[in-house]
Amino acid sequence: MPHDASAFELILSGDPALITIVRLSLIVSLSAAAGAAVIGLPFGALIALARFPGRELTIVVLNALMGLPPVVVGLAVYLLLSRSGPLGSWGLLFTPQAMIMAQTILIAPIIAALARQTIEDLWVEYRDELAAMDIGLAGRIATLLWDARFSLVTALLAGFGRAAAEVGAVIIVGGNIDGFTRTMTTAIALETSKGDLPLALGLGLVLIAIVVVVNALAWGVRRAGERLAG
Amino acid sequence: MTIRTIAALVAYALLLVASPTHAQTQSIVVASTTSTQDSGLFGHILPLFKAATGIEVRVVAQGTGQALDTGRRGDADVLFVHAKAQEEKFVADGFGMKRFPVMYNDFVLIGPKSDPAGIKSTSDIVVALQAIKAKAAPFISRGDRSGTHIAELDLWKAAGIDIAKDKGPWYKDIGQGMGAALNTASASNAYVLADRGTWIAFKNRGELDIVVQGDKRLFNQYGVMLVNPAKHPHVKKELGQAFIDWLVSAAGQKAIADYKIEGQQLFFPNANVPGA
Amino acid sequence: MRAPLSDLPIVLEDAAVVVGPLTILNDIALTLAAGAPTVLVGPNGGGKTTLLRLAMGLLAPSRGRVTWGGRMDAASTRRAIVFQRPVMLRRSAEGNIRYALSAAGVARSERAARAAELLALVGLSELGDRPARKLSGGEQQRLALARALAKEPQVLFLDEPTASLDPAASKAVEDVIRTVTARGIKVVMATHDLGSARRLAGGVVLLHRGRIVEAADAATFFANPATREARTFVAGELLI
Repeated sequence: MPHDASAFELILSGDPALITIVRLSLIVSLSAAAGAAVIGLPFGALIALARFPGRELTIVVLNALMGLPPVVVGLAVYLLLSRSGPLGSWGLLFTPQAMIMAQTILIAPIIAALARQTIEDLWVEYRDELAAMDIGLAGRIATLLWDARFSLVTALLAGFGRAAAEVGAVIIVGGNIDGFTRTMTTAIALETSKGDLPLALGLGLVLIAIVVVVNALAWGVRRAGERLAG
Repeated sequence: MTIRTIAALVAYALLLVASPTHAQTQSIVVASTTSTQDSGLFGHILPLFKAATGIEVRVVAQGTGQALDTGRRGDADVLFVHAKAQEEKFVADGFGMKRFPVMYNDFVLIGPKSDPAGIKSTSDIVVALQAIKAKAAPFISRGDRSGTHIAELDLWKAAGIDIAKDKGPWYKDIGQGMGAALNTASASNAYVLADRGTWIAFKNRGELDIVVQGDKRLFNQYGVMLVNPAKHPHVKKELGQAFIDWLVSAAGQKAIADYKIEGQQLFFPNANVPGA
Repeated sequence: MRAPLSDLPIVLEDAAVVVGPLTILNDIALTLAAGAPTVLVGPNGGGKTTLLRLAMGLLAPSRGRVTWGGRMDAASTRRAIVFQRPVMLRRSAEGNIRYALSAAGVARSERAARAAELLALVGLSELGDRPARKLSGGEQQRLALARALAKEPQVLFLDEPTASLDPAASKAVEDVIRTVTARGIKVVMATHDLGSARRLAGGVVLLHRGRIVEAADAATFFANPATREARTFVAGELLI
């Protein structure tokens, strides 16, 4: 990115470096949200509906994992993916794939914990009907996840927001490589450390604007869906 | 929204993720220092290298200590750092192939215009450091095992000061990169040792300016090495060597010399100087 | 292929349901056999809903036992229930029925046709595509009925099927009850609507404070109630 341009000028001119950074941020965090949803939604629903020894402890741990420090997750994934680590042969360190992996691990507990709470609350309402129809555990999970879909969108947004906002994990596993693994948050960290505070602040506002847009889109989808499906 | 629409969106999204980013281009990972990144040098020379060879250089900017660690772990193909003794040890220990000198710049002692240690008049770095300690003037250390940090520790030693033992609350060890150290020094009106390249590119100067420069002991040499493929077979040795060869070639050396900020040259190529 | 096992008669022997300090049902001895509908009547809080759930197999008795066709297994493939406030799945009316058909093991290729039949049976053919949650209370009751019938039950339990329905909707529901009874489905229904009970019942069971006060065929119960409570109830007075 040009040295002296303000964030405003960069946006208006459609600066290619800025576009690359925004595109990467969205790809990484949206992919992580999708991956974390695939893992976290069924898992959260399972914990909500199944009864097993140690269930309460599992719930406590799951809730606690919502507060996983991003930098710790980053470090753990770094050690896994390093060439000297167990998954080194995958060659994924310092790539966007590693960033997606780290963020997925970071936000899966958030989505799972929120899904668990949502499904457990909904279960109170649905329990009799589903029991009367002899629906087994797998069917209950699928049915409740689908029926709770609008509330679960909020859980997904919480996960996405957390991913889009963090820098600790992606900077360690991604390496903040110019044009390759530099996201909005790592670019902000870089410009701050270079002393270009106005640019860093401007980028921060762009990041916030993007997150607001994503939330607005999700809200629109939810409203349309509710109108169609009740 | 039908299942089919959702499936189409998911497929599109997956395509986006799997798409161009690194499939076809030839690339290497270079672990380098924050000073080369923050000064903007790579932004200038790497596109020239890519145009000449088609090889994409992915720079992970860490402190010298961390970069050497990255090399030991095999997570980079090439190292480009500035701590000659440590680089030579890296090669001696078998982690690196040959070390090639590339360029130098110098360190400068930065301090507040108010000059609490009273050292503006001297051009002797040892005298300056002794004055800073004597007057307990605020001093920011990078503390991150970077080339700059190692140079700073060597200078305290040259001044006859055991900084680990003799430091007081005036000495702030922040464990971060050059830009962050300069920001902190600017905010707290403190002294800090910086490489000239990062200083020239640094914007948030506040009350700071150069107080000591030109001392021979402030000379800062950069070297480049290929990570040893014998230790890490996946290292891209042809591509990595191509980068090293270009850096020390006439074209690469000229590219380095041509990099200027506000008309000032930041780095001085010296690949053909024996013993650099 | 063997015919599926019968769940009738449903026999409750000395059954009781105790929750904490509360005894909700006590000394329940009742046989539900095939034939005309059995109607449970009595004031609210008397235990009608709990008795339905017990007979359905959703609840295990704290004392005594419940058997279905002589068996003790509570698997309810041949029994269906419509709750007082049925919960609609967040999909269309037809979608709800297809869900129930799927749960009952009906092949995918047959579901659309059977769903259309069931919608027609309860008079909701035109509302098949409407989101189920947007239907009126009466329409939801009828949809829940259609859903319950999807599994082709032998026994159909109904908890207050016409409560909070206007007369037209109530009549529609009662018509369905008569239709399914004619098809051989045993209906067991709890209601506090005396008129409904008179119109539909084959047998009547009066529940008061968790006990069966009187059980008789409808004609006898309404014309000649034996107990004081039954007489009070039939006279339309409050039974405290």
